[in-house]
Amino acid sequence: MANLAVEINNLAFSYTENTGVHFAGLNLQVPKGERFGLFGPNGAGKTTLMSLMTGLISAQSGSIKLLGQPIGIKKDKEVNKLFGFVPQDFSFYQELSPAENLEFFGAWAGLSKKQTNQRTTELLEVLGLQDVRNQPVEKFSGGMKRRVNLAIGVIHNPAILILDEPTVGVDVQTRHAIIDYLRKINNAGTTLVYTSHQLGEAEDLCNEVALIDDGQIIAQGQLESLMEKYGQPTLEGLFLNLTGKQYRD
Amino acid sequence: MYKLKATIIKDIRILLRDKVGIALMFVMPIILVVIVTSIQNSTFQLVNKNRIAMMVCNRDTGKLSTQLIESIDKIGMFKIANIPKSETEEAIKQRMRGKDALLAIVIPADYTQKITAKAKNVSGKALNSFGLNGDTVNKKISVNPLTMYFQPVLQQSYRFSINGALRSALQIVESRETLRQLYFAINEKPLPEALEKDLLNNQTTINEVPVSISGGTIMPNASQHNVPAWTIFAMFFIIISLGGSVVREKLSGSFIRLKTLPTDFMVALISKQITYLGVTLLQAAVIFSMGIWLFPLIGLPALNLPSDYLALLVVTLICGWCAVSYAICMGVYAHTQEQANGFGAVSIVILAAIGGLLVPSFAMPDGFKTAAVISPLHWSIEAYYRLFLDGGKLKDVIPNLLPLLGITMLIQLVAYIGLKKKNLV
Repeated sequence: MANLAVEINNLAFSYTENTGVHFAGLNLQVPKGERFGLFGPNGAGKTTLMSLMTGLISAQSGSIKLLGQPIGIKKDKEVNKLFGFVPQDFSFYQELSPAENLEFFGAWAGLSKKQTNQRTTELLEVLGLQDVRNQPVEKFSGGMKRRVNLAIGVIHNPAILILDEPTVGVDVQTRHAIIDYLRKINNAGTTLVYTSHQLGEAEDLCNEVALIDDGQIIAQGQLESLMEKYGQPTLEGLFLNLTGKQYRD
Repeated sequence: MYKLKATIIKDIRILLRDKVGIALMFVMPIILVVIVTSIQNSTFQLVNKNRIAMMVCNRDTGKLSTQLIESIDKIGMFKIANIPKSETEEAIKQRMRGKDALLAIVIPADYTQKITAKAKNVSGKALNSFGLNGDTVNKKISVNPLTMYFQPVLQQSYRFSINGALRSALQIVESRETLRQLYFAINEKPLPEALEKDLLNNQTTINEVPVSISGGTIMPNASQHNVPAWTIFAMFFIIISLGGSVVREKLSGSFIRLKTLPTDFMVALISKQITYLGVTLLQAAVIFSMGIWLFPLIGLPALNLPSDYLALLVVTLICGWCAVSYAICMGVYAHTQEQANGFGAVSIVILAAIGGLLVPSFAMPDGFKTAAVISPLHWSIEAYYRLFLDGGKLKDVIPNLLPLLGITMLIQLVAYIGLKKKNLV
């Protein structure tokens, strides 16, 4: 239990409109320090599961714990300090500069002014945004915006980083920079929970994966063991083998 | 506290970069207040400075019609242009369509003859009633009417004023002639000019005294009426910027991120209220300053601030808070920026109309007078007028501020319910 970063037990959830994905008795465990990948076709439930993990939506029953602390209890937002979230959409203020965004989100993440300033300098340097730190983000390229999006998610040095397609729409250089950075913070102890449709990139990054389809975990384990078990040389092969080739949207 | 400070700084930065929003919140109301005050000031100065162009077609050849035209001219309300007496009705209308004048009057051909006959008749009756022998014409004398043509743009209220002015000119001519006839019948010589002047010009003047709480007797002017009204309008028009900002934040990814961070969303709402309350105070300061210092430079009456500055600050704060609350409430319920801006702007105009900002409450139908109590703009303007026009103090505006505070709290509650329903707080 103490070694689990994410622990989902018997989770039940469905949208009130009764449309889209629904979970019934879903269980998932992500050990601490892993680079965990969650994969599945469109509409499988990846984003819904991430929204439940981050407390954006609440489950009808069951529990989700991050480092042993339950999430989704509205009044108690202390657990939110444990994780960082990098949504698929650009989740910041485009009118502001990277430094101004980090200053604001740092305060909201619970950092002091001094800590925020220190982290801002570090992150802008590491992610190659130092030269444009005071320019409005709305003028940035897609790749630069992705890096700003990531910087905000890790401003408070979270123990768990939840990433929803963090490299979508970026060039090879930016993808490498982001993946390298994720590997670096994982080496420093941050657990990564990651989802992407870039399976080549995911294969390179993740050591543990889960495949989700129609609201159910259909396979989970060490990536190499799963590929061996299903006789697939790549993650993409494993994915197609387990989820089929038909369109999902 | 640091979170709130950082959020306020963020909101101010975003606001300062929203050039269109700033223009809508500051430049537009300034233009509006200058234009409306100028126009209304010009209306107040209809006598003396801005005369209404009037064409006069005098078909009469007698002296009384000339006296009538002189009397109309003396009123000071009209710029008279004489047109040939042979002008047909159609030709006069044609001139009107050509925008030569807003008004035209036609004095009938037998005007002098009929007025003289009527005056003789009245004076005869008067002599008879004194027990003297007067020449009485027994049959009733009917005077042909003066015809007034007007452009349809001339509003009813103006027509009433014009009608009143013309009636008073007609009355002067008729009274003078009756007096002359009466004097002649008694003395068999014409009424001396000096006596005629004494008899007719010794009119009792009207002494206008504004009844204010402070007992002050400064005459209210267009600036005192308009500046507070349009300041309130400007404050409530921040809905365009603030309502849109709330919707934008709701729809953007930043909102999702905020929900995952260990800070209550109320901090964001409190920050918006503080930031935009500051904006409304700044709007009031800018518009009032213009009224005080700029208006006299452009020929408008200067705005006189109330003597109770504390009351002015309190009223401005509560009006601003109500405006901010209304904008946030709109932002919470609107699904798109277009909805917030469109519905917000139209609703403010409606609330301003029923609140008495566009037409004074006393001139509204009873139903609207009753409905005015639901408009926060009504209580705002009442409170401002009490300070600006009545010279009231803080205690005098409390009856206006309490309902305004009540409406503000209700709007805050409705906004909170909306946030709760949408799982935002």
